Amino acid sequence: MSGPGPERTSGPQPPGNPDRLYILTGGQERPAATPQLDLVTLIVSRAESDTGLAPELAAVVRICDFPLSVAEISAYLELPVSTLTPLLTELLSEGKVEARPPVPAAALPDVQLLEAVMHGLQKL
Amino acid sequence: MDCKSSDGYAGPRSEDILPASATAAVKVVIVGGFGVGKTTLVGSVSEIRPLTTEETMTQAGVGVDDLAGIEHKTETTVAMDFGRISINEQLVLYLFGTPGQERFWFLWNGLFEGALGAVVLLDTRRMEVSYDVIGRLEERGVPFVVGVNAFPGAPRYPTAELRAAMDLDPSVPMVDCDARDRASCRDTLLTLMRYLYTLTTVSPESP
Ligand SMILES: Nc1nc2c(ncn2[C@@H]2O[C@H](COP(=O)(O)OP(=O)(O)OP(=O)(O)O)[C@@H](O)[C@H]2O)c(=O)[nH]1
Ligand SMILES: [Mg+2]
Repeated sequence: MSGPGPERTSGPQPPGNPDRLYILTGGQERPAATPQLDLVTLIVSRAESDTGLAPELAAVVRICDFPLSVAEISAYLELPVSTLTPLLTELLSEGKVEARPPVPAAALPDVQLLEAVMHGLQKL
Repeated sequence: MDCKSSDGYAGPRSEDILPASATAAVKVVIVGGFGVGKTTLVGSVSEIRPLTTEETMTQAGVGVDDLAGIEHKTETTVAMDFGRISINEQLVLYLFGTPGQERFWFLWNGLFEGALGAVVLLDTRRMEVSYDVIGRLEERGVPFVVGVNAFPGAPRYPTAELRAAMDLDPSVPMVDCDARDRASCRDTLLTLMRYLYTLTTVSPESP
């Protein structure tokens, strides 16, 4: 997929604290293997406690007690998505949170998914 | 409503918490010109008080006051409203209402990628916006339906005329949609789902 313009600067950005990452990975270069985050990827905390985390990371871990989409986290913490994404990437790579990816967008959505959505909407 | 805790961080109100069983989400994008009712639509059907997410856009531009014509980048923060509908214990639908400035819609990284589809709210007072967006949705292969939001005093056209003006494919549904009315918005979303359903299951001989 090509971007909308040559200016797009997406992709993983350096985490806030490179020293810590260096220690955690044992000094090895680690390719960013974290899943692509969508606005509606659901994030759930794994960590029992957020001690030892930088405040902005701890805030994410705390509000994700129950599943929250990336968009909701961004809204509650008042962080632009592009600022939030590297924080989530760091938490994911440290296993502090878990990501539940959206229903993958096939070329066309699957019939059962659509039936479920229609059923849910009819209850509104 | 105050949702700050004692140590100053924000979070969902207790009634806005998703069950731990929520495993996956889908999204639908509401597009349309300035003031057409996108935020109103999201609010009409959302189970949570609509929230606002932001993104920082970097745009390249050549300054008018820049004699050398050197490219420079401007950062703009763009805000987008969204709401949520729990479909069942596992599945969640998010609705994103695009910001009024249409030049940002397709710059927002990943907004349309993976979306089930879009609702184009058509403002009969500013049809050119919808015309452009329809073209871009088609380019990107994002399926959509058109909701005509009739404001008092706005020009009213027969559906056939609107379709012709929009150069709309005959298979794309066009319905009336009052963004303030929950049932009307729900029906518009259902129209989108039924349309997606036909795209998925259609047999060539269907009418
Ligand atoms: N009569 C009428 N008024 C509406 C309708 N939908 C929205 N409005 C009103 O129109 C105004 C703008 O609605 P919004 O929902 O803020 O529009 P928007 O598309 O989100 O606007 P921007 O985000 O600024 O582009 C509000 O005062 C609404 O109450 C509608 O279906 N009929
Ligand atoms: Mg709005």
